[in-house]
Amino acid sequence: MGFFSSSAAISRYRVEGQTEGPLLETVREGLNRYLIRDIDQQAEERTIGWTNVDRPYAPSFEDSSFAIADFFLFALRIDKKSIPAKVIQKNLAEATAKRKAETERDFLSRSEKKMLKEHVINVLALRIPATPSIYDILWDYAENELWLFSTQKAAGEALESLFSKSFNLSLVRLFPYTMAEFHPGLTDAARDLLNKLTPCSFAKRDGS
Amino acid sequence: MMDVAYALKRFDFLGKEFLTWLWYAVENQADTLRHIDPQMASLEIGNRLVLQNKNQQNNETVTIRGDSAGMEEGVLALRKGALVAEMNLIYRSGDENWHFSLKGETLDPSSVKLPETGRVETSDDIEGAAIEKYHLYRRVVDLVRSLFAHFLEQRLDSQWHTGVLPAFQAWINTKEG
Repeated sequence: MGFFSSSAAISRYRVEGQTEGPLLETVREGLNRYLIRDIDQQAEERTIGWTNVDRPYAPSFEDSSFAIADFFLFALRIDKKSIPAKVIQKNLAEATAKRKAETERDFLSRSEKKMLKEHVINVLALRIPATPSIYDILWDYAENELWLFSTQKAAGEALESLFSKSFNLSLVRLFPYTMAEFHPGLTDAARDLLNKLTPCSFAKRDGS
Repeated sequence: MMDVAYALKRFDFLGKEFLTWLWYAVENQADTLRHIDPQMASLEIGNRLVLQNKNQQNNETVTIRGDSAGMEEGVLALRKGALVAEMNLIYRSGDENWHFSLKGETLDPSSVKLPETGRVETSDDIEGAAIEKYHLYRRVVDLVRSLFAHFLEQRLDSQWHTGVLPAFQAWINTKEG
């Protein structure tokens, strides 16, 4: 469902704010600072970062290939380790039995159980590779507009947060109300009417 | 500007009203649509239309699917007060066709199928292909924006209740499915 796919879905945003330095350098710096990190050998279960559209598993923004015509083309990558619940259950049962044998007790306290579960998840996370999800992004800086090639809520939330941290700019989601708000022809009187607007009936005359 | 999460809920009806108006405009105002987008050859309803009727008495959804599906159920739902919640559209310009869907909640284009473009064989092809794709996506995004802007101007005008709605109501009352 990406930019080059045969079928795509687009979430639209307006980019608000100004970068402090030259745009290209600010964007390159932000992309490099929050480049996706590999967590396969780490205990981390989830990581989010920027990557390239054409080489998402070998990210680098050292060259300017992400800057094309009047837009930037890059991608958001979310790597997540999904440990099946039954795998956790099995390993936790084994670890619990071992701990009971070591301490010669029939029970473990609530805090011991909690710590043991965290330990089991950390050990499993080291062994299980993360599954990457890639969401292409087109930032049309001439139009102050950004397109995320996904309509997944989690991808949108991750993008809004990482974009703000990376470039010190904010994203406003475009949907009917914000499209109306940003309509250049909207007068103050029309804006007042918009804010008071209520649904009307298409099926019969009403007075709304 | 009001809080985005609140505005999404508060103005949930606006996108549905737009799609409902768009169905009427597609069938009755081809010249107006071409005036809004001079590059347009035609705009047609595609193979999916979803109507919703949500009020205190009803919570009904009607889905019409298929390339040659009849619109009887949709027309009936409109007469009962339903609004279009989702619509698949075919936009034609020159010899090229764009297929895409819009949901009333966000008006984000989904299931977007662009006109055929050249294959990306090597990394050297990417820049040219990206520029070509960008311009094709831009047509869809700009079309939706222009159509919505036209609808909004009408919706906020006093003529909405005295001119646009009566014409719409006359259409659904005489339209055969």
